[in-house]
Amino acid sequence: MANVAANHSSHDHDHGHDGHHDLEALRTMGFWIFIITDCIIFGTLFATYAVLMNNTAGGPTGAELFEMPGVIAETFILLTSSFTSGLAVLSMNRGDKKGLIGWLIVTALLGASFITLEVTEFLKMIDEGAKISTSAFLSAFYTLVGTHGIHVSIGLIWMVALMLQVAKRGITPVTKRKIGNISLYSHFLDVRCIFRFTIVYMMGVR
Amino acid sequence: MAQHHDTHASHGADAHESHGSLKSYVLGFVLSLILTAIPLILVLNDIVTGNAADVVLLVTAVLQFVVQLFFFMHLKEEKKPRYNLMTLLLGLVIVLTIVAGSIWIMKYNMVAH
Repeated sequence: MANVAANHSSHDHDHGHDGHHDLEALRTMGFWIFIITDCIIFGTLFATYAVLMNNTAGGPTGAELFEMPGVIAETFILLTSSFTSGLAVLSMNRGDKKGLIGWLIVTALLGASFITLEVTEFLKMIDEGAKISTSAFLSAFYTLVGTHGIHVSIGLIWMVALMLQVAKRGITPVTKRKIGNISLYSHFLDVRCIFRFTIVYMMGVR
Repeated sequence: MAQHHDTHASHGADAHESHGSLKSYVLGFVLSLILTAIPLILVLNDIVTGNAADVVLLVTAVLQFVVQLFFFMHLKEEKKPRYNLMTLLLGLVIVLTIVAGSIWIMKYNMVAH
């Protein structure tokens, strides 16, 4: 507590705009808490999947349904997008607005191709008769993988909005905080994508 | 140029969360690629099978999470008090309890079988 108070007074001596700075840091902290609660949601969905993955009710199994080339492509695409969102943050820290928007565009394109691949995969599975109502395994599968897909889609919309905002307002403390948050968001999307790849697909096909 | 460098340095010291360097991102990316390739090569070619394959899969996945935390999210560089780290640890405790508890109860403690 004393530490915090000391920090405060030294800050106040240094610059006038520090109240603003602290508020942005607090917002980043709030976003981090959101990310952690989101991880708890995914934890429950992964647990549900792990419990139900063998209850196929006479329907198709994971080993019959999953096509690894598409899944491997999806995983590497999201892995790369996590990296490019980091490069966007690096450009931002250099004050390079063009570089920032450029890397955000690359990240968004990678995210869009991930979603395209996933939707194609879902449609193909549904065509083969593997619907969400077919078995407990497929209910858990679509809920888990679908929730991840929705997160990527929302991230995409958010990223486009942020690109417009940065283009209009430039790199300010507020847009900086937002870019930092979306980069954090995409790193965590990638973490979940790795567990999705490992637990759903790799353990499903082997 | 010198002035530019100065402002950059003060920014880095000012920011609550450090954002790392190109080197840390590239290193993290390469490590992630390797950690994704290992299970692909070992498990899909049946070089390791059975329980060993599960262990390889889970260990590489968890390692990859750790790589992302340190090389992409720069968790180590957070200043004290480490609220982000504490929140993360609390979250991990909850997630592990939910996942391990659910699997344990549902697989080994079914009374109505």
